[in-house]
Amino acid sequence: MAAILSLAQAVEDNLKDGDIVAMEGFTHLIPFAAGHEVIRQGRKRLNLIRMTPDLIYDQMIGMGCAEKVVFFWGGNPGVGSLPRFRDAHENGWPNKITIEEHSHAAMANAFDAGAAGLPFAVFRGYRGAELKRVNPNIKDITCPFTGEKLAAVPALKLDVAIVHAQKADIRGNVLFEGIVGVQKQAVLAAKRSIVTVEEIVDTLEPHLPNAVILPGWTVSAVVHVPGGAHPSYAHGYYKRDNAFYKKWDAISRDRDSFRVWIGEHVLRKDPDAFAVHAKKAA
Amino acid sequence: MSMNYTPAEMMTIAAARALANNDVCFVGIGAPSAACNLARLTHAPDIVLIYESGTIETKPNILPLSIGDGELCETALVTVSVPEMFRYWLQGGRVTTGFLGGAQIDKFANLNTTVVGPYEKPEVRLPGGGGAPEIATSCGQIFITMSHKKRAFVEKIDFVTSLGHGKGGDDRAKHGVTTAGPTKVLTDLCVMEPDAKSKELTVVSLHPGVTREKVIESTGWRIKFADKVAVTPAPTAQELKVLRELQARTKAAHGEAA
Repeated sequence: MAAILSLAQAVEDNLKDGDIVAMEGFTHLIPFAAGHEVIRQGRKRLNLIRMTPDLIYDQMIGMGCAEKVVFFWGGNPGVGSLPRFRDAHENGWPNKITIEEHSHAAMANAFDAGAAGLPFAVFRGYRGAELKRVNPNIKDITCPFTGEKLAAVPALKLDVAIVHAQKADIRGNVLFEGIVGVQKQAVLAAKRSIVTVEEIVDTLEPHLPNAVILPGWTVSAVVHVPGGAHPSYAHGYYKRDNAFYKKWDAISRDRDSFRVWIGEHVLRKDPDAFAVHAKKAA
Repeated sequence: MSMNYTPAEMMTIAAARALANNDVCFVGIGAPSAACNLARLTHAPDIVLIYESGTIETKPNILPLSIGDGELCETALVTVSVPEMFRYWLQGGRVTTGFLGGAQIDKFANLNTTVVGPYEKPEVRLPGGGGAPEIATSCGQIFITMSHKKRAFVEKIDFVTSLGHGKGGDDRAKHGVTTAGPTKVLTDLCVMEPDAKSKELTVVSLHPGVTREKVIESTGWRIKFADKVAVTPAPTAQELKVLRELQARTKAAHGEAA
């Protein structure tokens, strides 16, 4: 049964230094407010898993939260690179990080296998692709029935999953709408989970029998953080702040301007700061 | 000579023309996305566009900045989870044509979007392969669209992010891959296709006003030309109008802060 908590309490209770954590959301519903809380609480040595690290991990990496990053595409969509991620990877600032790089299909399958409780994922992939040479977690496996050679990667087994969703009800049942990415798989692959939401309602109405819903008993903590996915977006609520994604490039390119921005917008703020971005589409 | 269109517009239009009305197309961001939507808005109204965010049969009114933009979901027939997208739809063999680009390409249409220089000590670290490794092998065929520059069209790519025709000939099949792979490369100078036997990229059509010398000096290997090289038909007024309106709508939409 999910506990409805403050964001500070939810992070305090569920995320420890050195944890394996995925903060998912595919362009959409990225849990930025939770990322800022992790920075404020000064978590270290995290093993950060995200299909696309995006600005959320650029911020956390730049503030020294990460020890390792597992990903398949490490850019700022339509804009360029992730300067803090690159600075850590290439120059060890503010600390050295290691990377584990996959393809999109591999990570999607690995989340799915994690949710299914399997030890590894099997798929038709990485054929003729060089990531196999540099990532020892990509192996070949032979189908015992047909002899076909397939790819295998370890299942993602998470200590914690952190995601953002549109709604939860007062019992902690969570509803996702729009591009749903791997949020459900991430929560089901994790020992503990935090879900931040735009709204907490009495019941999830209208009743949609095939909606993407996580029952409250699969979630550790639900937190009401309206606007908590900004500058990403929340389908049915607010749009992606593309202008901010473009602006991030200049903020993040320089270590000092990055630190100034984090000081002003993260360290000296709290989750209520996200409320200005919250709105519900008519 | 005078031209009332840019080389980039010619590239997008040539790429759009390569698509058919009955294609099911897996779309990458950037030039491929513009080409696929131009095809949908001109000669291929029934083309099925799929983006790797899980959006199926999407009909965006503006071009997305990211493969996960809300516009793709709002205009899609249905949106599925990402594991379903890769397992049932791409790996399941339901996509006829995949559209890719890259930072580097070699004469056998292998692509690099991972790193320039050694992987462990990169000169330029690129964002990474994204969906390309499996798109390149699971789709029925692959079209590639890239701006034609010597530093991109290279003798040897630094990292094989996704397989094209490997080392040429039947090398692709030796990797256990049964799909056709790259069948067309559409640039801002010309159209290339792999030679039937060697699989080496060969120029089959030059865009209007482009000389062989220009293609030779923009390619990092000794580029071959087909026995008969066609001239790509110039963009029509209608193609240019639809493309420019699409890009103007996109620019207006992305200029706004949410």
